[in-house]
Amino acid sequence: MTVKNIERIRRGVITVLMFAVSVMFLLPFIWMLSASFKIEADVFTYPIQWIPTKWHIIENYKEVWVGKFPFYKYYWNTVKVTVLTTATSACVSALAAYGFSKINFAASKYLFLIVLATYMIPHQAILVPQFILYRSIGFFDSHLGLIFLSSFSVLGTFMLRQFFMGVHNEYMESAKIDGAGHWRIFWKIAFPLVRPAVATYAILRFIWTWNDYQNPLIFLRTDNLYTIQLAMQKFTTINGEFYSLIMAAAVSAILPLLLVFIVGQKSVIEGIALGGVKG
Amino acid sequence: MQDIQTAPKTSKTGLKQKNGSLQMKETIAGILFVGPMLIGVTVLTIIPILATFMLSLADWNFIAGFKDIRWVGFDNFERLFQDDAFLKSLKNNAYFLLTVPIYLAVSMFLAIIIDKQVYMKSYFKVAYFMPYISSIVAVAIVWQVLFHPSAGPVNQLLLSLGIDNPPKWIADPKYALPSLMMISVWVSIGFNMIVYIAGLQSIPRDLYEAADIDGANAWNKFKSITFPQLSSTSFFLLVTGIISTFKVFDLIAILTKGGPISSTSMIVWYLYDTAFVNLKIGYASSMAVVLFACVMLITLLQWIGQKKWVNY
Repeated sequence: MTVKNIERIRRGVITVLMFAVSVMFLLPFIWMLSASFKIEADVFTYPIQWIPTKWHIIENYKEVWVGKFPFYKYYWNTVKVTVLTTATSACVSALAAYGFSKINFAASKYLFLIVLATYMIPHQAILVPQFILYRSIGFFDSHLGLIFLSSFSVLGTFMLRQFFMGVHNEYMESAKIDGAGHWRIFWKIAFPLVRPAVATYAILRFIWTWNDYQNPLIFLRTDNLYTIQLAMQKFTTINGEFYSLIMAAAVSAILPLLLVFIVGQKSVIEGIALGGVKG
Repeated sequence: MQDIQTAPKTSKTGLKQKNGSLQMKETIAGILFVGPMLIGVTVLTIIPILATFMLSLADWNFIAGFKDIRWVGFDNFERLFQDDAFLKSLKNNAYFLLTVPIYLAVSMFLAIIIDKQVYMKSYFKVAYFMPYISSIVAVAIVWQVLFHPSAGPVNQLLLSLGIDNPPKWIADPKYALPSLMMISVWVSIGFNMIVYIAGLQSIPRDLYEAADIDGANAWNKFKSITFPQLSSTSFFLLVTGIISTFKVFDLIAILTKGGPISSTSMIVWYLYDTAFVNLKIGYASSMAVVLFACVMLITLLQWIGQKKWVNY
């Protein structure tokens, strides 16, 4: 046998072993999916029936989506909050990033340092004043307030600034000579050049906002405004004994993220690897 | 926002004046571009952190309104360090630090294997990354069911393996914190692994080629090349990991609410409970200051340490 073949076999064996490990790792998800397809009585049978004997998919998901505690409502809330947060945050960050990297003005450096320094402040250390502020200006218990809360991302500004700095100044100089102002240079030249970076940031922000539990918990009170994460928990309290339904709800909450992740997988992984960004 | 035009052409004698007005235009443009961000950060972060510091010196119940605020100096901090519940939470935070080296080791191991030794690399990346992108609420609820003391699959399995009294996991004061730590490790592996893979890809290949010529075995290569070359990645992940253990909240809020008998209370949970359940704003703010100080201290250590301990 050639060395190449031995190497190939070794690789194959390791792949199979790693595959087994990854299945173990994914077991909670597989269990969740399988339980969401079952009738309630079969959820806890042991040994575990990975493939249900009695299928109950349509009934379970129908109950979750349009039943007593209809998920479509919370889905809509979450989609609204997530999309608007992502869009606002990407715009604010891109503008600021351009301002901090491509416009040469006096206080630029100091202002950027101040913004950057606030990144070190853990969000939980400012929750109480934010809460008091929101109560007094009427942003409490509203989607608008929730959206504003994550619209000013230091991380996004920092990330995009790195990319804007990579855009050569010559591109802009020639536009400037043609009489274009910064607003036009930003939209026509700089922004299109960093669009992939903005997309990466937007996907990450989408995932984080969709998964956010702490902010809705503190800044929302009315049932009707709940996002999916809060609704999930409430659903669990109401349906405490119906694990098949709870698992169907959990699958519904994860599915959109899985889709976004599979579509944007390359940019998510690159984005994470790039700066090792988090939360 | 409107177009910001550059200044119109002027004669040579007006050059200085032209430069001045150009600079003025640049400054205005700059302020307009960074303005939304600055306002947001000022209103939502800078003012609140100053308010946190002020409120930590006060005794105040939120319901009572501003007129009933009482300034008590450093009383809150004195109380804080005699408060058993707070000290218990700090201790739990310290225990939780253990998760960081565990998931770093596992992630590094998986990253090294996935980077070089397997087919279907992207499948593995997605599989291990699943817990990170999944909603923490859904993940926590699944684990809650899996850990169910009597009917849960985990204990069913243990019973069938002949273990008579399996632990009650999150319902058992002795096992609740370790259970949360296990879930936390499981969630964190994907993210850390992805960063490690990126780190591995930046190691120059010729280092390994040279080692091959010298006849080094896998362990030696790991010890002398991979591990030291990854030190800056490891250091970065260690610091962000430690900082994130100070912020653990979601898992506790969903799974245990700090119980049973405050065995899983951690600093952010206690802060939340004090502020939003018991409405003791001043006392909660003093905890926020301690939290801030801890994170600050670690960040400072990072700055110092980066220069000292990291091999580039």
